[in-house]
Amino acid sequence: MKFTLSWLKEHLETSASLDEIVETLTRIGLEVEGVEDKAKALAPYRIAAVLTAEQHPNADRLRVCTVDLGDGAAPTQVVCGAPNARAGMKSVFAPPGTYIPGKDITLGVGVIRGVESAGMLCSEAELELSEDHDGIIDLPQDAPLGAAYAAYAGLDDPVVEINLTPNRPDCTSVRGIARDLAATGLGALRHVPEPPVEGAFPLGTKVVRDLPEHLCPAFALRLVCGVRNGPSPAWMQRRLKAIGLRPINALVDITNYVTFDRGRPLHVFDAAKVKGDLVVRAARAGESIVALDGRTYALDESIVVIADENGPESIGGVMGGEHTGCDETTTDVLIESALWDPLDIARTGRKLGIVTDARYRFERGVDPNDTLPGLDLATKLVMELCGGTPSEHVLSGRIPDTSRIISFPWRETKRLSGLDVPQPEAKVILQELGFHLSGTGDAVKVLPPSWRPDIEGKADLVEEIVRIAGLDRVTARPLPRAGGVAKPVLTPIQKRTRAAKRLLASRGMLEAVTWSFIAKSEALLFGGGDPSLELANPIAADLSDMRPSLLPGLIRAAQRNADRGFPDVALFEVGQCFASDAPEGQTMRAAGVRRGTARAEGVGRHWDGGARVVDVFDVKADALALLGALGLPVGSLQIVAGGPDWLHPGRCGRIQLGPKAVFGHFGEVHPSIAKALDAKGPLVAFEIVLDALPLPKAKATKTKPALALSGFQPLTRDFAFVVDSGVEAAAIVRAAQGAEKALVTDVCVFDVYEGEHVEAGKKSVAIAVTLQPREKTLTDVEIEAISQKIVGEVAKKTGAMLRG
Amino acid sequence: MTDLTELERDILARIEAATDEAALESVRLFALGKKGVVSERLKSLGGMSPDERKTMGPQINGLRDAVQGAIAARKVTLEEAALAQRLSAERVDVTLPVRESAEQRGRIHPLSQVFDELVAIFADMGFSIADGPDVETDYYNFTALNFPEGHPAREMHDTFFLREDAQGLRKVLRTHTSPVQIRTMEAVKPPIRMIIPGRTYRHDSDQTHTPMFHQVEGLVIDEGATMANLKWVLEEFCKAFFEIDDVKMRFRPSFFPFTEPSAEVDIQCDRSGGEIRFGQGTDWLEILGCGMVHPNVLRNCGLDPDVYQGFAWGMGIDRIAMLKYGIPDLRDMFEADKRWIEHYGFRPLDLPTLAGGLSS
Repeated sequence: MKFTLSWLKEHLETSASLDEIVETLTRIGLEVEGVEDKAKALAPYRIAAVLTAEQHPNADRLRVCTVDLGDGAAPTQVVCGAPNARAGMKSVFAPPGTYIPGKDITLGVGVIRGVESAGMLCSEAELELSEDHDGIIDLPQDAPLGAAYAAYAGLDDPVVEINLTPNRPDCTSVRGIARDLAATGLGALRHVPEPPVEGAFPLGTKVVRDLPEHLCPAFALRLVCGVRNGPSPAWMQRRLKAIGLRPINALVDITNYVTFDRGRPLHVFDAAKVKGDLVVRAARAGESIVALDGRTYALDESIVVIADENGPESIGGVMGGEHTGCDETTTDVLIESALWDPLDIARTGRKLGIVTDARYRFERGVDPNDTLPGLDLATKLVMELCGGTPSEHVLSGRIPDTSRIISFPWRETKRLSGLDVPQPEAKVILQELGFHLSGTGDAVKVLPPSWRPDIEGKADLVEEIVRIAGLDRVTARPLPRAGGVAKPVLTPIQKRTRAAKRLLASRGMLEAVTWSFIAKSEALLFGGGDPSLELANPIAADLSDMRPSLLPGLIRAAQRNADRGFPDVALFEVGQCFASDAPEGQTMRAAGVRRGTARAEGVGRHWDGGARVVDVFDVKADALALLGALGLPVGSLQIVAGGPDWLHPGRCGRIQLGPKAVFGHFGEVHPSIAKALDAKGPLVAFEIVLDALPLPKAKATKTKPALALSGFQPLTRDFAFVVDSGVEAAAIVRAAQGAEKALVTDVCVFDVYEGEHVEAGKKSVAIAVTLQPREKTLTDVEIEAISQKIVGEVAKKTGAMLRG
Repeated sequence: MTDLTELERDILARIEAATDEAALESVRLFALGKKGVVSERLKSLGGMSPDERKTMGPQINGLRDAVQGAIAARKVTLEEAALAQRLSAERVDVTLPVRESAEQRGRIHPLSQVFDELVAIFADMGFSIADGPDVETDYYNFTALNFPEGHPAREMHDTFFLREDAQGLRKVLRTHTSPVQIRTMEAVKPPIRMIIPGRTYRHDSDQTHTPMFHQVEGLVIDEGATMANLKWVLEEFCKAFFEIDDVKMRFRPSFFPFTEPSAEVDIQCDRSGGEIRFGQGTDWLEILGCGMVHPNVLRNCGLDPDVYQGFAWGMGIDRIAMLKYGIPDLRDMFEADKRWIEHYGFRPLDLPTLAGGLSS
């Protein structure tokens, strides 16, 4: 919402400065977005007289002018390239040191082709007043020499723009803003007499409302005959231009003026072009209208139009039609002042993609009680500016009664705001804002004004009182705190989320935050792409589906880094993924990718060892470290070969506690998936579903179990087995562990070999078994017996032979 | 006598001449071995007369002790020399670089760091942390929060919609964390003190807007919480978060459908030097929106607005992270550029605590 200072002062009697007004507006919730003060910007520009204009000795297109600045000093010499520069004219002069906005330069004293030039005669384009740069500004002879140009041209009216919140339709008008300011005591709202217009004759045009009552509760119409429609007066044009509107002609400008002055949108029809009566009705399928913006809109039954015998002539409350628009030939004008349903206007505007000042106001809520006064004001302006004789008005429907009473205990202000506004002050604030109060004592009955549809209840009244009194008067008061030490507040998943991030970062990975939405093609590759998780209005085609996994985003991110010249990256993300659009379908996951040589032990080439590329065991280690840090029994976890389709089938694994308790997977990214994501390897990844992890059991005490140390030294025996290549190392380890559960405390695989010293199709697996005697030192015979048991058990479970 | 003196001189000379442990051992055998010259002398004591033995005994034993002592001393000398020689030979170039450790390389994203800072501050004030789904129903995202159907306020939120389901209903990506207010009030009886950090979405993209961003919502509901308390909470938060002793805040009346009265809050700062300093200067920077929970919202959650009251606020986590840590462009937050994360990220063990200070 924009207005000018002089416009405001037509409604507000005040001696306050612009700065005070601006500061007050922001303080009471009418946030000032910007102030444009042309007078300030154009202060150095003065009206000057051109005394002589001679041909420049060295340039065909330049003239050397002497200019009288009206300051009593000797004339100033200026070189000017404008074709219209001539002796005797009055124009606008900028002295050296002036900033020229249209050229973005600051003038200096210059020598142009050998002739000194001490200033500049300016075009409108140079002052950014218009696009006109054909010549310097040509002022009438009576323009006062030496005066400030901005003041002379009426540009000294600062324009204020307010960032209006949608709850304040009353402040879509200059008068509404003035009323709010007056309530603060900054000035007084001027009384504007509004005597009704006396109609000279009955209106012949009938108005029929053929639609559900709520869509158009009231429709007022008046004819003014014998008008002369030309340009509106300069003062009106200046104000409209200042707020960014283009003056059209007096009749149209009047509707725009009243729209901004009173927040009352109007429409004018050229009566000569209207055929028959006006019917307010739903448009019919197949109908269309060429609107005032020159565009054709296809209409349907959901859109309310004002039609005559020729069909739709106006889109109700949104935009008029071109066919019945007013132009210079208009002699009889029909003025419409109607009420529309805010929701319906908003819907129609959205549907047709039309944003107008009328829609802006109607969808927020126009003061119903201003329907007829608004019509009268417009009529009066038409008679003043265009002459003519008014008819009586017709009102189809009735002005709805929106009055409601709010029972308001004065203490409510303090209850909610903590600020004790003295009752007399609160009362004045409400009254100044147009509220009617009745009753005395602790509670009053409050009748909100018809222009405040946003006021529903007590809390709204508290806001009115506090915002005008000043939110800065509310002083901070401590929120009572619970006694003692603060209690822990994080839930298990919150703790795990945060621990997961710290753990993964401590493994040398960088935390990424990637988009929650990914391309449909990628969602499909990672098990997603369900229609229920597809955005109807994605911001870009490749951000269309809610991600089923963190990996596509991470793989792409890793590749972006590689493309920038950083091929060795380890990235992780802990974030939400989506399996359905239900709350339960959202899971918190932790995932990571390692690319190139970005291993936890070190990255890149090093004198102490080569640049080993990442492999499946790097991410297996990440995943297990993560699960361990989150309190899972890593020793009991099962690692099962295989995994989802996006991992290399022979180089991936699942981590689980059982087939029904799968926590995640790790592996090499499937080459065809990498290709589909434009990514190159080596690329390994893991993903753990944090929500799938069992919660630690609540314990009655924090005491750790007693430490049972054996007094005897542990001993280690090595075994090398030859087994079929397909046998899993875990099976050998499990068999060895199970052979003598009471004594075997650790089984470590320390060598795996396949090659020329082992039969084809077989491999050698060497394990070191640690035995921990509990009660006595083991004798050689006992150790030998245990060893035999281990060999036997491994052979039985895996078909292994002890390597000879 | 002379014989023994001569012998001692000879042996000691041999010991002195031994240059390694093997040579020293052969001297030991020559002197003290089974048939060594000193051992022979000791054996000869047995055949002497008592008087003779009395004289010779101490002399020969003294000889043996002297030889033993000299050998031991020489041994130490030789060992020291050998060690010195070994040490002088054993040299490495300690300026060779070691691999950077994993903890040195890893980084926490600034958003996670700020998230942990928020938790540290609000947990101390007795707030718990609530979560909610990103994919929301229209009811929780709008209707329950007093956004009437079709109201222009809904258009302030550039909403992402999911595809319509078979019933013609379409879910939304939550445009703010406020739906969790409703979910919380439906599930928990007052008093309530919650913060709700989370991911939010709006159909908007430029230098200061990304289609995905993060908000933290605060909610206090009891039977007496006022705007004065709200001011205190926000002031305390800003001081703690920006780690400054004093902060000036400006509350401007504003409009949010789910609060009444509503306000936007600016924080005073100095932006003159290219970086932002809070608690000084003459600029105002908008950092959050807040207000008293709207009576309709309380009613929608089954709470009587004449009994229960409270306040809520919401601010951008990305935004306050950018302000505090001088991050220039919001879009970089989601780019996963290694150089950016390494520069703006935090070390894994830099866990923010109130006891140790949030940062550094």
